[in-house]
Amino acid sequence: VSPELFPLAADLGAARSQMAFTLGFHIILACIGVAFPAIILVANYLGLKRGDAVALELAQRWSKVAAVTFVVGAITGTVLSFEMGLLWPEFMRRFGDVFGLPFALEGIFFFTEAIFIAIYIYGWKRLSGWAHFWTGVPVVLAGLGGAWSVVAANSWMNQPDGFKLAADGTVTDVNALDAFFNGAVGYEAPHMILAAYIVTGFLVASVYAVGMLRGRTDRHHRLGLLIPFTVAAIATPIQFGVGDTAARSIAKDQPIKFAAMECVQTTHRHVTEYIYGRCTEDGVKGGIGIPGFDSWLVGFSTDTKVIGLDTVPPDERPPANTLLHWAFDTMVGICTALMALGAWLGIAWLRRRDIPRTKWFLRAVAVSGLAAIVALECGWIVTEVGRQPWIVYEVMRTEDAVTQADGVWVSLGVVLVLYTALGIATVMVLRAMARRWRAADDFDVPYGPRPAPGQPEAPQ
Amino acid sequence: VSNADAVAAVLWVGVTLYAVFGGADFGSGFWTLLAGNGERGRKARDLVDWAIGPVWEANHVWLIFMLVTLWTAFPEAFASVMSTLFIPLCLAALGIVLRGAGFAFHRVAARRSGRRLAEAAFATASVLTPFFMGTVVGAVASGRVPVGNAAGDPVTSWLNPVSLLIGALFVASGAYLAAVFLVSDARRFSAPDLVGYFAVRARAAALGAGVLAIAGIIVLRSDARFMYDGLTSEGLPLVLVSLACGAGALILLWRGARRGVRALAVAAVVAVIWGWGAAQYPYLLPQTLTIEQAAGATETLTTVLVVFGIAVVVVLPALAFLFLLDQRGILQEEGES
Repeated sequence: VSPELFPLAADLGAARSQMAFTLGFHIILACIGVAFPAIILVANYLGLKRGDAVALELAQRWSKVAAVTFVVGAITGTVLSFEMGLLWPEFMRRFGDVFGLPFALEGIFFFTEAIFIAIYIYGWKRLSGWAHFWTGVPVVLAGLGGAWSVVAANSWMNQPDGFKLAADGTVTDVNALDAFFNGAVGYEAPHMILAAYIVTGFLVASVYAVGMLRGRTDRHHRLGLLIPFTVAAIATPIQFGVGDTAARSIAKDQPIKFAAMECVQTTHRHVTEYIYGRCTEDGVKGGIGIPGFDSWLVGFSTDTKVIGLDTVPPDERPPANTLLHWAFDTMVGICTALMALGAWLGIAWLRRRDIPRTKWFLRAVAVSGLAAIVALECGWIVTEVGRQPWIVYEVMRTEDAVTQADGVWVSLGVVLVLYTALGIATVMVLRAMARRWRAADDFDVPYGPRPAPGQPEAPQ
Repeated sequence: VSNADAVAAVLWVGVTLYAVFGGADFGSGFWTLLAGNGERGRKARDLVDWAIGPVWEANHVWLIFMLVTLWTAFPEAFASVMSTLFIPLCLAALGIVLRGAGFAFHRVAARRSGRRLAEAAFATASVLTPFFMGTVVGAVASGRVPVGNAAGDPVTSWLNPVSLLIGALFVASGAYLAAVFLVSDARRFSAPDLVGYFAVRARAAALGAGVLAIAGIIVLRSDARFMYDGLTSEGLPLVLVSLACGAGALILLWRGARRGVRALAVAAVVAVIWGWGAAQYPYLLPQTLTIEQAAGATETLTTVLVVFGIAVVVVLPALAFLFLLDQRGILQEEGES
């Protein structure tokens, strides 16, 4: 069989596609895992503080939803740790001892999270209200620590530190702590954590907005919209500032990534900022141009010099510049729109202590969850595709990291089918849970309380 | 003891925990696969469900712990294993996804057909995953993983007598541990008929695992002489301990003893794992890569040991808290759900 007909041979494209797809899938569940416990605890706190049964019921139901998403996040995360070696063995062989520490720390945070999420979900009925509330707090803290650790590993790939290279390329003078506290983690980690809160907040709120549009406008739905929405609406403007700082840092630390994001071909001053448009070697075609604004964004002056792609040879420039540019603009655009959405509710609340009455507000909230996920994926594309062709920025090329094993096309095919099924099954299960709650029928979840000994659960 | 040896010992602790707890979890799935659809099969599946409910996630944690320790402390070995054994490791990962998803969804699936599908995925993957993990161990133990990026044979490295036998042994020892645990769980669950049900299966699995272990030693003698020599010299005391514990557990099972069976069964598995370690020492990949050669930067090894210390201090009390709450029945509901 010729390799063209049946491409079993090791392939960089297949490995990159598989990594992108599995990470792009996991990142949504990771966001929910990081941020949902905090939103649940807000509802739990309000419920206890005000004796609000509706808020407590929301917290309890959300914790059952979190149990399901946590499991899916755990298995897709396990797959990623396999893929580090299955797809990128040369990368791990050379740098495993440099940037492995963040993963070890993440492991501790994950374990802590798994233990306390089990206690929190199991403890609803038997622990006293506040004792139970406090068992949820370590879940939130471990989520923050775990997110910070994992992003530290990724930001190390963007700003590698904590080692020296000998003349023959051997890695020496390893300092795992310097690798952990690399130059990019300070803005990448907060950016990711805020994204988690924004995605989860708007996603949960959007579920209740859909319910309200279908006429279920009881207090359960209003509170179910308001609590996560408020968390996300607070995080969004902060994210705008953090993201702006991140972009300026990237212009300084990874100028070629920035040049690809903004389609800057040659180094010059008074650089025009283009909103969308097609990237070509002769500059941006189409799109809306704002003269001098790109320079101003980088250095608060239209006279700021912006590094262009021509400063490096063509084989050191990121691929798919138009995709990168569009991803960046879409992320910023969606973040801006979500900020406006938050302001809309804020103004209505100040004036009338109520959700805006128009259905257009509910419609906007209903799509805000998916929009936030699109922004999340766009940001991830900017980070990862923008770093190419490097797996470790300016140190190791991705093509030198990939496995020589045959069969990555096959594993990619299996993963595409399997994860599609997993995604569909997750959504179906969550929808079934909602239907059964509406029918006031309680049921078990993965971490849910077991029936007492001698009383096995009734067959369904 | 060098830092590399100390980290290797930590890694081996992870392997042991995964083999015992993960093995028992996989074994529980093995019994649900064989339980059938009758009334007793359903009750057996309910017991498995009840038994592994709150702690099954630990499974992933030990595995991730092993992977992370391996790539941080012994990157050369990690890269060689993950690239040469691409196929069985992909299949094991596939099994982990199917198993986790199956377990998560079967309790919440609304329709009977969905529930059946989830249960089938859980049970099948519970057998395939440890089997492929076992073939990986067999490949390493029989010296079929050379140093390098996919330097070994992609197929015969894990499709060979040693790998197949160790794969089968992994399934059998998991089934054995699970059945022994489930006998005790059946007593806690107040299901006397299931006590006998799983006691019979525990005895059968013990005999199966014993036969496979003896067959394994014969195969090792012809196919992996280095490991055979190690198991019959440095590893011999531990192999004998394992045999004695296994036999002791079998006798207690036969007599229907309430105490000691679980401890002896676990000891039998732990002893054989450390016997394997002793036989393989000082190699990480037998006869091609020693622990010292595979070790990453010295400073990183020290950091790994410190992080491990932190993990023990942070995680163990939390885990103890979870088990305490579980044992006191605080994580169970009274009667109604």
